[in-house]
Amino acid sequence: MSNHAEEMDRHIRTYLLVFGSLIVLTLITVASSQFLHLPIGPHIAVALIIATIKATLVACFFMHLISERKLIMAVLGLTVFFFFVLLLVPAMTALSHETGH
Amino acid sequence: MSFWRKYVFSVDHKVIGIQYAVTGLMFLFFGFCLMMIMRWQLAYPGQPIPFIGSWLGDARAPSGIMLPDFYNQLGAMHGTIMVFLGVVPLAVGGFGNYVLPLQIGAVDMAFPKLNMISYWCLFLGGVIMLGSFFLPGGAAQSGWTSYPPLADIAPSGQTAWLFGMIFLITSSLLGSMNFIVTTIQLRVKGLSFFRLPFFVWAQFVTSFLLLLAFPPLEAAGVLQLMDRLAGTSFFLPTGLVVSGEILQVSGGGSPLLWQHLFWFLAHPEVYVLILPAMGIVAEIIANNTRKPLWGYRSMVYSVIVLGFLSFVVWAHHMFLTGMGTVMSSFFQTTTMIISIPSVILLSCLFISLYGASIRFNTPMLFALAFLPMFGIGGLTGLPLGLSAPDIALHDTYYVIGHFHYLVAPGTIFALFAGIYYWFPKATGRRMSELLGKLHFWPSIIFMNGIFMPMFIQGFAGVSRRLADGGATYDFAGNVTPLNRMMSWSAWGLALAQIPFIINFFMSMRSGVKVGSNPWNATTLEWQAPSPPPHGNFTREMVVVRGPYEYSVPGQKEDFLPQNQKAEA
Amino acid sequence: MLELPYIVEPRPDTGLTNGKLGIWLFLASEVMLFGGLFAAYIMLRVGGPTWPVGADILNVPMATFNTVVLITSSITMVMAWAALMRRNYGTYQLYMFATVGLGLVFLTVKYFEYSHKLHDGLYPSTSTFLAIYFTLTGLHMLHVIAGMVVITYFALAGRSMFRKNPQWLTNRVEHTGLFWHFVDLVWIFLFPVLYLM
Repeated sequence: MSNHAEEMDRHIRTYLLVFGSLIVLTLITVASSQFLHLPIGPHIAVALIIATIKATLVACFFMHLISERKLIMAVLGLTVFFFFVLLLVPAMTALSHETGH
Repeated sequence: MSFWRKYVFSVDHKVIGIQYAVTGLMFLFFGFCLMMIMRWQLAYPGQPIPFIGSWLGDARAPSGIMLPDFYNQLGAMHGTIMVFLGVVPLAVGGFGNYVLPLQIGAVDMAFPKLNMISYWCLFLGGVIMLGSFFLPGGAAQSGWTSYPPLADIAPSGQTAWLFGMIFLITSSLLGSMNFIVTTIQLRVKGLSFFRLPFFVWAQFVTSFLLLLAFPPLEAAGVLQLMDRLAGTSFFLPTGLVVSGEILQVSGGGSPLLWQHLFWFLAHPEVYVLILPAMGIVAEIIANNTRKPLWGYRSMVYSVIVLGFLSFVVWAHHMFLTGMGTVMSSFFQTTTMIISIPSVILLSCLFISLYGASIRFNTPMLFALAFLPMFGIGGLTGLPLGLSAPDIALHDTYYVIGHFHYLVAPGTIFALFAGIYYWFPKATGRRMSELLGKLHFWPSIIFMNGIFMPMFIQGFAGVSRRLADGGATYDFAGNVTPLNRMMSWSAWGLALAQIPFIINFFMSMRSGVKVGSNPWNATTLEWQAPSPPPHGNFTREMVVVRGPYEYSVPGQKEDFLPQNQKAEA
Repeated sequence: MLELPYIVEPRPDTGLTNGKLGIWLFLASEVMLFGGLFAAYIMLRVGGPTWPVGADILNVPMATFNTVVLITSSITMVMAWAALMRRNYGTYQLYMFATVGLGLVFLTVKYFEYSHKLHDGLYPSTSTFLAIYFTLTGLHMLHVIAGMVVITYFALAGRSMFRKNPQWLTNRVEHTGLFWHFVDLVWIFLFPVLYLM
């Protein structure tokens, strides 16, 4: 069982590291929005990129996706694809209104 | 086990399947009754409804004459009940629950308690929907699509509709998770994916559609509830005028948003209605042609592609909303592409008939009728999928005719076929062939009598929303007499169901007793006793072959069950 | 009750237990639920004539604090699972209660946030921005509450399950954790989208 215990120790170190990164990233995102005064486009981009990094960390390590089975990945891949289809629609509508087609 | 645990709050997939099926059948009948009342109004507008007119009350039909508002309630609730409480519970909940675990050799569904909960969610949703008729202002009346802003400002029945829908959606979500896990995890040894009966494939893909397409409608339902209860303006644009006055809301919302979220579900939902029916038909055709299905693999690939594509075609319901030509071209392209897998499926089933010595029993008659009826429904959909002809046909009776051909003589015939086919498994008795044929022949004639004239009316431009069937519109003058023929066909169709009802109850008590495999079928459900006990199989199942090994040369019998070794 | 296979041990060819696959499918549907709401957000924001900056209306320090609280509750949740993996029931229970406690802190802060808004006359009906703010955070809050109910159940009723079949309890806690992390993950997006952009 010692092997098993060692593995768990390694896992826990990873969790703490991820936890630390999440806190730091949270502070960065707040700071960037309060003090950086970027124009709206880049501002949104920065906020979303940081959120995506944080979400990826949670999904990969806390939710163990990094070592998860292929089947789960396939299901999630499908879901993420349809998620983006869903998000593209309002964007496409807005686009076709702006260009007047 | 107490009565309650065994028959009411059961966790056995077979009992739950029967609960679903019976609930579905009752709602199908109820939805059909709503339609028969509507058909009176269409055929004889402004005349008192016979027999039941006096019971309806002054709020609905003063002195028996139907008010337009009540007609709208009937229309909205007919659609909602038929789709979400009739066909889906019967096709997915009923047949899926009863047959799928048996066909994959499982002892039960993967999550039996969740299965029970999903049935009771459906039941609650159904009760809310029925109860909404008694609210002040009546049931929902903004169509089954509940388009805002109309639905946002409708009477309280709409709120009940939304709550009911949230229960129905939850039920479907829990059910679909259960089906997917069961199919992936509980297949018996040797039952690889390409040895699954086509019915299981159809249910599997259907479950993915339900799982991923329903949540956006749930989101939309929550937003509409907020609009109605918390006074938000998600779907209310700025400056909306209601009854001559500007509505006092914050505005800034978008009615189009609802349509996107609604059809993101509702187009996959169309395939939810059709795929299980295709699965049933495929089983019955293979069994009664005594041949393997022609092109089983291409059917499986088609059903997967169909499921996938059904998520990217929804806006073809919205060509007339002014969403822009870029969107229209994109969605009409995907719509044309999705017809390819549908045609492959139908062609495979047709070709399967070629050269067979067909057994024309009742299930097979219904399954055979499904093919041309579904064909008519599918082909009449093509002009609607192209944005130019859709401008003329949108919201006319042509659309009603088109989708009813898919779901009424299409899906519902397949469901009848399934009932006749699996009845012996569930009860150990066969249904009467004579009554079955008395049910089938009038049904197919009357079905066409109802829906074929709708195409004619649609081409003439009759709108689907008119509470008087076009009587007050000059341009519809030539085609309004067809309304009487359609209505009499509908009432004839009701009479044609009497043999079925008699057959169903009589056969339960005194049908011919049959063994576990009366149709000489190959799939696993016929290897369990009829009716199967709790836990399903009395011996261990190991699958050694594909699902449709009929008429294998050199064998004594003309069928080889999936778990049976071939004779040398 | 029937013995269903692959509840405790994974099915060899898929490598998964029934519960693991089930909870991921459930989360997939949750992704689509919030996807629908995010699509609504984008469409309303892009289509609306004006859109306020969240920080002007909402309380960023409170929300930052809440973000940290939820992230911390995620780590306590995963530590509870790790304790069960080591078959250490006492530590497990401690971390589970810590998770519920952090959930309570989150809800309390949220309560103050909401009551400030309502006190200032900012209702869901005031503007489309506030409408989507209340709807998204409200729905997220329901998820937090649901998660807390399940975690409390496993923290209190876990002992007999632990004695009977520790691996089964570990699996169930892992699945609960997956849900809890997902709730955290949704908040990770809600926070910048509503408060910062």
